[in-house]
Amino acid sequence: MKKPIAGGAGGAAGLEVALPHPGTSQPAPLTRFLENERLLAGLLLAPAVLLLGVFIAYPFVMGLWLSLSSTSVGNPGAFVGLQNFVKAWNDSIFRTAFWNTAFYTVWATLFKLALGMWLALLLNRHFRGKRLVRAAMLLPFIVPTVLSTFAWRWMFDPTFSVLNWVLYRSGLIVTKLPFLSDGDWALWAAIVVNTWRGMPFFAITLLAGLQTISPDLHEAASLDGANGWHRFWHVTWPLLKPVTIVVVVFSVIQTFSDFQLIYVLTGGGPANSTHLVATYAYQVGVAAGLLGEGAAISLFMFPVLLVVVWVQLRYLRRLEGA
Amino acid sequence: MIERRWKTWMFFYVPLTLLVIGTLFPFYWMLITAIRPDAELYRSWRAANNTPFWTLAPTLDHVKDLLARTTFPQWLWNTFFIAVVSTVISLFCGLLAGYALARLRFPLAGALGTSIFVTYLVPPTLLFIPLANIIREFQLGNTPWALILTYPTFLIPFCTWLLMGYFKTIPKELEECARIDGATRFGAMIRIVFPIAVPGILSAGIFAFTLSWNEFIYALVFISSPERKTVPVGVVSELIRGDIYFWGQLMAGALLGSVPVALVYSFFVEYYVTGLTGSVKG
Repeated sequence: MKKPIAGGAGGAAGLEVALPHPGTSQPAPLTRFLENERLLAGLLLAPAVLLLGVFIAYPFVMGLWLSLSSTSVGNPGAFVGLQNFVKAWNDSIFRTAFWNTAFYTVWATLFKLALGMWLALLLNRHFRGKRLVRAAMLLPFIVPTVLSTFAWRWMFDPTFSVLNWVLYRSGLIVTKLPFLSDGDWALWAAIVVNTWRGMPFFAITLLAGLQTISPDLHEAASLDGANGWHRFWHVTWPLLKPVTIVVVVFSVIQTFSDFQLIYVLTGGGPANSTHLVATYAYQVGVAAGLLGEGAAISLFMFPVLLVVVWVQLRYLRRLEGA
Repeated sequence: MIERRWKTWMFFYVPLTLLVIGTLFPFYWMLITAIRPDAELYRSWRAANNTPFWTLAPTLDHVKDLLARTTFPQWLWNTFFIAVVSTVISLFCGLLAGYALARLRFPLAGALGTSIFVTYLVPPTLLFIPLANIIREFQLGNTPWALILTYPTFLIPFCTWLLMGYFKTIPKELEECARIDGATRFGAMIRIVFPIAVPGILSAGIFAFTLSWNEFIYALVFISSPERKTVPVGVVSELIRGDIYFWGQLMAGALLGSVPVALVYSFFVEYYVTGLTGSVKG
């Protein structure tokens, strides 16, 4: 496995030796070889293609095979056709997980978009300490999700929740809210944490988009009598739409395939009510060791991802064509 | 005039302050929990002298326990080592591939560019089960190499994509001049194009480092010995004993596990932001 990489590096090192006297004598065979555009391209792309081939394409094919087999840990398994998929589809926990994943993705993405847009518009003004505020706002996105989710879990703690304390002291509630001990509450809690973590990504990328919009356009719209909302809707939004779509696509992929947030916040509980497709695939495929069934469950994500990727590609093509 | 000022407060300062508080509160809560003594931590919330938002007796006990009695320092080192090596591998592959895709003409260039972009969109959770099998097949299970070789699967596409965009902004004339002066194509790439691309390389590197530091599911599935784990996995699986959460120690771990990556980020905010916004550019 490591050989070809070492080979690539060796080729580069070999060339360094050939470089000191360019053009003084007959070029070395290696130099001539590298002047050929196709061969050079092949050489430059080899390490990346090799790594991606071995650790993405190969696992994908193997995943397809596993999903059609009864493989489990220590048992090579046999071909069983679509049995794993049918079994998953008839499994009520899987159905809940699939529905949760869709619900979680839609709401979290909407919240991230709304709050991120709002924050981007706020940050697109000049004020003291803007750089500091912008840097601080990105922190949730930088810090490992697992670690910050622990802080949230502690904030949602059934006995010592600071959020309950605040709500109780301010007279808004009389009994503790069941943040993580009730399935519906727990899924919403996860949506809140996901929004908190992903919102900065929306804000910063949308802010970058906003900064490319010329202030003259807003001035012209103002002179024509447009108010703040009209300026946003008729000037800012149409220009911001391309960036927004790309950001939303990225976020949908990440949210739909999310694992760590639920794993730490609820572990899929209470009573398997907050599983996502990925966490359930982990529970079946890794924790229970049923590799075939687990692989089938995670492949249920594939059609959805395929549609999203297709939208993204079509969209990028159009940008290139324009 | 007064009305305008009122509006600025209402529509700018108040919402911005609320968003900043909402964003930073969990970190404050991490910090305050990490330095709060246990006696205060587990006090009934109806107790008369309860002061949840600060502590009257700050202590470093949790931090000391974490560093002395757990393998946390080892996890920090593992995470750092794995993140650095996989970032370097990804940058190497991404630089070469990005250059080829941005500059060279060869058959299937378009298809290859598209497929690298598609792998960029493949989430790790889609492939972790078969990948675990492959890791076992290659006898890499429970070694740092399992992660060093798999992290590039999500880092290379990103680095390639970002650097390809960066190379396209560098005028071709620079290379052509060097080639007229007798440099080889490869030489022009190494000596002319790569040095100009250093800011792009830095952006991609910082971003890749934070992504590797963040990674969870591969590390969770491929590594089983406590002393070989990374920080996120170690905190989740080793700091909770049985069903008992030691919140002081957990928050100390969360805080210390976040500091290195936050430090790297704070030194290179601008590069990070370039990487972030570049990562979604078409």
